[in-house]
Amino acid sequence: MRIKRIAIENDANIIQTPIDINKLEPVIEKYKNKKGNLIPILQATQNIYGFVPKTALEYISQKTGLQLSDMFGVATFYAQFRLNPVGKHIIKVCHGTACHVQNANIITDSLMEVLKVKDGETTPDNLFTLESVACLGCCSLAPVMMIDNETFGKLSGKSSVNIVKEIQLKEKN
Amino acid sequence: MEKMKVLIGMASCGIAAGASKVYDKIYALKESEKLDFELVKTGCIGMCFREPLVEIIEDGNSFLYGEIDEKKAVEIFEKHIKLSEPIKEYVVKTDLFETKDDTFWKGQVKIALRNCGVIDPESISDYETQNGYNAIKKILNENISQETVIQSIIDSGLRGRGGGGFSTGMKWKFAFNNKSDEKYIICNADEGDPGAFMDRSVLEGDPHAVLEGMTIAAYAIGGTEGVIYCRAEYPLAIIRLNIALAQAREKGYLGKNIYGKQGFNFDIHVKEGAGAFVCGEETALMASIEGERGMPRRRPPFPAASGLWKKPTNINNVETFANVPSIILNGANSYNIYGTEKSKGTKVFALTGKINRGGLVEVPMGITINDVIFKLGGGIQDNKKFKAVQLGGPSGGCIPEHLTDTIVDYDSVTATGAIMGSGGMVVMDETTCMVDMARFFLDFTQKESCGKCTFCRIGTKRMLEILTRITEGEGREGDIEMLEELSVQIKDNSLCGLGQTAPNPVLTTIKYFRNEYEAHIHSKKCPAHGCKKLLTYTVVEDKCTGCTVCAKNCPVNAITGERKQKHLINQETCIKCGVCFNKCKFEAIKLS
Repeated sequence: MRIKRIAIENDANIIQTPIDINKLEPVIEKYKNKKGNLIPILQATQNIYGFVPKTALEYISQKTGLQLSDMFGVATFYAQFRLNPVGKHIIKVCHGTACHVQNANIITDSLMEVLKVKDGETTPDNLFTLESVACLGCCSLAPVMMIDNETFGKLSGKSSVNIVKEIQLKEKN
Repeated sequence: MEKMKVLIGMASCGIAAGASKVYDKIYALKESEKLDFELVKTGCIGMCFREPLVEIIEDGNSFLYGEIDEKKAVEIFEKHIKLSEPIKEYVVKTDLFETKDDTFWKGQVKIALRNCGVIDPESISDYETQNGYNAIKKILNENISQETVIQSIIDSGLRGRGGGGFSTGMKWKFAFNNKSDEKYIICNADEGDPGAFMDRSVLEGDPHAVLEGMTIAAYAIGGTEGVIYCRAEYPLAIIRLNIALAQAREKGYLGKNIYGKQGFNFDIHVKEGAGAFVCGEETALMASIEGERGMPRRRPPFPAASGLWKKPTNINNVETFANVPSIILNGANSYNIYGTEKSKGTKVFALTGKINRGGLVEVPMGITINDVIFKLGGGIQDNKKFKAVQLGGPSGGCIPEHLTDTIVDYDSVTATGAIMGSGGMVVMDETTCMVDMARFFLDFTQKESCGKCTFCRIGTKRMLEILTRITEGEGREGDIEMLEELSVQIKDNSLCGLGQTAPNPVLTTIKYFRNEYEAHIHSKKCPAHGCKKLLTYTVVEDKCTGCTVCAKNCPVNAITGERKQKHLINQETCIKCGVCFNKCKFEAIKLS
């Protein structure tokens, strides 16, 4: 169930990072007093910071009059929103039906083993966040993963690990 | 003589397969050699199994090249583009000679996909040359009444292609009958079914067709504002829609007094979804547009009476809208000559899974599932045995081999326990465990349940627990019966389609593959060797030659051993992917 995440995300788990709150001004300006603005505001906030920081939620609430509880409710309902910072690269492993049939679990398992993180977690060096997603719509290339905006198809456990290792290597140099 | 045209299939999956590199290569060569030909980025051509695809049209003859990489692109450039000498061995489709993939196209009828892979989706003039916007022009020029437009759609027999299967024309009629000075047209592009990409292909390949369809709907019901609710996971579709919208506004196909018709004001904007499967349900979708959690509400009132912002609203899916311009322009009869008595026209399917020719096909209703999988789809990969085909995503069911002569038609498919759904067809072979498939879908619906209805919220959770237990070898006597009982309760006591259909994958797999459930529960075995907890891979010592192939291919380095020495699998790190088993040439890996 979608609301389950509320229970997990208690205050102690939300990481506080200082943010530049001024960056929000244009967003607030653009959407203030428009009906149905809550989701676009959250989307724009996430585009700025990479996640939806708690302080940003409070600030937006002050400025727009949107209820904090409504914002939190929406932010935890939709899979898109993250309340914690993410790694530099986001690895989305597709677990749609076609990918599942073509053994997508192997991709996630292999990457978990190599990156030493669980599904949904970020590596300690903040380089990668590993996520499972429902369907990337590239079913004919299954199994598929997406790193940032690039899609990789027809993967095997080995090839997915190699792709990630290559990025690791590039980042080191 | 017409200029040579070179089209490159650049929908998301084409790009993922490497089409951008091919395009860049040909573009660079074109520039450096200053050759005069038209180079076009087009949408999904449909032959995803031969991606990346390059089509060359010269003197009215078309040559479609498949599996093109940069090297082959250079060859094609040197021979075909420069010297007009087609390279036969790379051609996957042409009218001039036969190719081995010809059966993929036989039996297809392209109406919704008429322009996909044909035009440049980012060019409005390309769309116009294919009769684009002629349907709305026809309506306005000939002053066709709203009632006549609605009647044409009713007569065409078009039914909701998102899976509901409700008559599109009737839906329009209800919205038309509700008087209001503000009415909304919503395009449901929240294609959430895992294993389905029809709508993405249409949006990426022919966005103007959807806009024109929506504008016609707006004319028919008196719509004033349009919203396309599109998945955020489809960034390319959103980009192309926004390009198309700007072009349509500039040309006067959207905006105030459309195409000179006084008082016909209609504009459309794109709303990005935020990732919730339940938002495919129309009342949840509207809640989401209003900025709330996407939770369904009770119907009635139906959206046609009180929808978005409590105004009359008409919601159709992408493929439905894409069909509309063709029906208006060519008449209802051009559409309803295809299909069966109750299901008219064509349906787009995304063929995926363990099939040889995975791709996008559009077939007339009434064709058998068997024909789609074996004739168009070319049968099962690696000569394995066909087991089942999954239709309708998490709301659908698995159709077993003995029922594949079922025809594609809303009612026939429903009779099997599956549903037509939006058009995902995932093919499974003998290595797919059906209990695991049921668990997979329940895992999905359980996560996606919005939590409003108790039976859906808790029931799916309990079912998932039971299914997980079974696949881990902990199944108990009575589990199957408990699953069946829970299924009935969830179906009966859920408000929206998500809950009402969530048990379908479990019910159909129990119905057709009960023996697999029993094998898991009674003998703790997975007949398809799909459930990891029930598998162990070990090295057969006297067969292992120490060739190191298994160790090299193991993604998690769980296999150790020196060259020419016996190897050993570390059971703790082994993730049971089976790569060693498949790669070993000496049958030295035992699966038990």
